[in-house]
Amino acid sequence: MKKQPFNIFYTEIENITKATVALRADNAGNEELALVEGRLAQVVKIRGSMVTLQVFSGTEGIANNARVEFLGTAPSLALSDKLKGRFLNAYGQPIDERPAVEGPLTEIGGPSVNPVRRKQPNTPIFTGIAGIDLNNTLVGGQKIPFFADPDQPYNEVMATVALRAKADKIILGGMGISNDDLIYFKDTFRNAGVLDKIIAFINTTQDPPVERLLIPDMVLTTAEYFAVEKQEQVLVLLTDMTLYADALSIVSNRMDQIPSKDSMPGSLYSDLARIYEKAVQFEGNGSITIIAVTTLNQGDITHAIPDNTGYITEGQLFLRKDSETGKVIIDPFRSLSRLKQLVIGKKTREDHPQIMNACIRLFADASEAKIKKENGFELTEYNNRTLAFAKSYTESLLAIDVQMDMEEMLDKAWELVGKFFQPEETGIKQAMVEKYWKD
Amino acid sequence: MSATGKVKGLIANLVMIEPEGAVRQNEICFLETAGDWLMGEVIKIEGDTIYVQIYDSTRGVRIGDKVTFTGSMLEVTLGPGMLSRKYDGLQSDLDELEGTFLQRGQRSDALDMNRNWDFKPLMKTGEEVVAGAWLGVVEENGLPHRIMAPFDLKGHARLLEMAAQGTYKVTDTIATIELENGERQPLTMINKWPSKLAMKAYKQKLRPFKLLETGIRTIDTLHPMLEGGTGFIPGPFGCGKTVLQQAIAKQAKADVVIVAACGERANEVVEIFTEFPELDDPSTGRKLIERTIIIANTSSMPVAAREASVYTAMTIGEYYRSMGLRVLLLVDSTSRWAQALREMSNRLEELPGPDAFPMDLTAVISSFYARAGYVTLNNDEQGSITFIGTVSPAGGNLKEPVTEATKKAARCFYALEQRRADSKRYPAVDPIDSYSKYLEYPEFQSYASSSVGKDWISNALEIKNVMLRGKEAADQINILGDDGVSIDFHVEFWKSEMLDFILLQQDAFDDVDMFTPIHRQAFMSSFLLDISRRNYTFNHFSEVRPFFRKLINTLKQLNYAEEGSDAYEKLLEEAKELSELNVEVSNI
Ligand SMILES: Nc1ncnc2c1ncn2[C@@H]1O[C@H](COP(=O)(O)OP(=O)(O)OP(=O)(O)O)[C@@H](O)[C@H]1O
Ligand SMILES: [Mg+2]
Repeated sequence: MKKQPFNIFYTEIENITKATVALRADNAGNEELALVEGRLAQVVKIRGSMVTLQVFSGTEGIANNARVEFLGTAPSLALSDKLKGRFLNAYGQPIDERPAVEGPLTEIGGPSVNPVRRKQPNTPIFTGIAGIDLNNTLVGGQKIPFFADPDQPYNEVMATVALRAKADKIILGGMGISNDDLIYFKDTFRNAGVLDKIIAFINTTQDPPVERLLIPDMVLTTAEYFAVEKQEQVLVLLTDMTLYADALSIVSNRMDQIPSKDSMPGSLYSDLARIYEKAVQFEGNGSITIIAVTTLNQGDITHAIPDNTGYITEGQLFLRKDSETGKVIIDPFRSLSRLKQLVIGKKTREDHPQIMNACIRLFADASEAKIKKENGFELTEYNNRTLAFAKSYTESLLAIDVQMDMEEMLDKAWELVGKFFQPEETGIKQAMVEKYWKD
Repeated sequence: MSATGKVKGLIANLVMIEPEGAVRQNEICFLETAGDWLMGEVIKIEGDTIYVQIYDSTRGVRIGDKVTFTGSMLEVTLGPGMLSRKYDGLQSDLDELEGTFLQRGQRSDALDMNRNWDFKPLMKTGEEVVAGAWLGVVEENGLPHRIMAPFDLKGHARLLEMAAQGTYKVTDTIATIELENGERQPLTMINKWPSKLAMKAYKQKLRPFKLLETGIRTIDTLHPMLEGGTGFIPGPFGCGKTVLQQAIAKQAKADVVIVAACGERANEVVEIFTEFPELDDPSTGRKLIERTIIIANTSSMPVAAREASVYTAMTIGEYYRSMGLRVLLLVDSTSRWAQALREMSNRLEELPGPDAFPMDLTAVISSFYARAGYVTLNNDEQGSITFIGTVSPAGGNLKEPVTEATKKAARCFYALEQRRADSKRYPAVDPIDSYSKYLEYPEFQSYASSSVGKDWISNALEIKNVMLRGKEAADQINILGDDGVSIDFHVEFWKSEMLDFILLQQDAFDDVDMFTPIHRQAFMSSFLLDISRRNYTFNHFSEVRPFFRKLINTLKQLNYAEEGSDAYEKLLEEAKELSELNVEVSNI
């Protein structure tokens, strides 16, 4: 990209809104960065000589004679091995009291991978949590969010998953996270002794919301660097994507765009897809796996943010508290890993798909029995057995605080099914029943 | 001769241009910026401002950048060698693009210009040539690929010269015709067609009447799709639209299958790239990929090209239909296409319709569906395009503009239901709300009774009825309690459960169960309906469930068994015996 002479600057701003300034300037490029009184801004609209700049940290206190200087490049990041272990802000500047990262500057938000250069993901990622490994197996190169109400321990679960997954790098994108959560992540990674595998780009609740918009691209450009150049397996954590989308809507509303559902911009689907589609298994060893958090408003997944997310990601992990047992579980109904069929029964034991589905079907029978009970009807003997099964299943498999390996989970599942049911009540293939059934 | 212009403004990928020379609506142009040539389409002309949507990232575009108009609309390049290719929305061959990432401005040829084809003439000099006439033929992956006269040919031309049988490249002249105005026109194996226009080089469109076999029971048996028919699959995320559509792509009895991945996940097309070269086409024994063309404009690829991608796919379909072939066109998801229209319409500040979609959404969708169909060609041969699109309704709510508009255009409705998906009752097609309007077509009724199965249609209606009664019984049981209703209600309910588990549910990932041939479907529905017509007697409602559970379990094992195998025969016997218990004596 052509560099502009740095001495050219402008001092006549014609229009200022909460997030944008507009001025007459020559030769500005679309998406080019500028400094408005030292604040980072980006070209979002050009009409004749009138250029509109989005000011990331907001326009509070900007005067109409503020100094505006164009930088000649789109947002960029210095990429190198030295990013390891660093905590940076949305602009890629250090927040860990260490010097700036050195490396060749690369524009963030680059193009997407040619679909024919992708490889089909096929490496399972085990977490020790049965709600994931057994029912919703994760696969390297997948993109999947946790759907959780704000009071659920989603950041903790995500950190647990990140530490158990065998990734070469863990890149954390924090958007609107609290200072407490930031400290939690730092401590957890330090205690686990993995700080040198971590790179974090952080925008906290104390930072301007519009700055969040840069975080995913910073994170994913870094991820692509390690996955492509170094052929590493990179795990990306994005929390909280709902706050990211909120920032999108702030900007689009200020740009006078017609909002669509839930005051979100009409382009929300494409905006989110651009981020999530960076998850990939490359032809070599490199891969990018994205685990995100989408907080919900009282479990409402029809809201535009979770809804569009669900249409983009490869499944979702639904965290909720089970009222019966008081345990936080990964809800087997609403959760889904769409890539699981690439590995279950192939990279895991052959009986995996059948026993998993049988358990979920029986769990569904239990929830029908529960409704029946709540409506005051007498329960049949079968109803009672399903309820007893559901309780054991929740406590010994679904609860996220239970830890075991894959074999143990499968054995446990057969044990529970065998304890409460007859083979013909399960619909499991005969061959599997003969081999694995436990009385 | 073509016009040029200069950029005078932009918002995202909408660029305003000051033109020099005449510019046409929908004309294609190229914008040169920082050494890249970005393709775009004129979408509005207002005074001396040309509005262009750029099919690529506009990062770095600045005022004064130069634009060159091409004089032509967005065209699809048609000729032999498209089968098994993977195109982007603008028909660049993705395998021919360099690098791991899609670099902007990069394009590649749609056809292999250097490959030699064995060409056989089908017409003699002096013969009359009309639009789409079959001049000659080459073999493409086992299919007769007809080399056709231009589709926009007016009236009657005459064949002046015809190449001898031999090997030619697509760019070689294989014939010369004389137009009605006396002009001579040399023809190659390449045809071009503006993708937004329907190709109408056929004699007439017929009402569909032939079953398109998919091997999916809930479709073939209950809601049949016909050759040249239209259908759509709406459903909330994760309910199985893509799995169902890909099962159709794998199994349907079609000559050519075109899959347009429109704004969906790249990993889903990777699945096709990976699996289709390994899987056999059941009817020809060739590999599935050989009959398939994939248009991949996935969700992170340029949004404007997403809109183009569905038209590219349809045009390629029309081209193969003109050869007298059965084409199956699948688009996943048509909602993403509608969203692309919405993004652009909003940027143009057009008056928004419901949910900010463009006002003409219904018209756009219905004229797209109208391009499918069963046709008699000018030479009296027949060809078809069957079109099935998925719809991704916001919030899973079917009362939204894209679903409503599509419902008006498509004849089959395969509604995927969240509750079925949650309880893993796949495919999650709701047996009660879904429909195939073709069941009411007299053309299909007579075809079905003579060529598919005598009771095919009456069985479909009866199954639907059993499902409906089962649902009503379940509702009553839920309201009144297990012993608040007569035992018959439990029997009704469990009969519908049996049909649900054995006919409707089908394991897309099991080698045997995934595909059920028509005769096996016919046998199973008669067998099950026979059971459901019997009067069973039980002493207590609690006996009903174990009885049917056991029967269902046996029948389910039967579904997994290869037809005619020992296990199959044994299970069938077992099922018959089980089903005859508890039957009222007068019934046997
Ligand atoms: N017929 C089936 N048999 C078994 N599993 C299925 C079937 N259909 C769907 N599934 C399961 O449901 C998951 C989601 O299905 P699919 O990807 O087709 O949903 P979708 O409706 O296309 O969702 P989206 O709108 O988000 O693209 C699959 O990954 C698979 O696990
Ligand atoms: Mg899908």
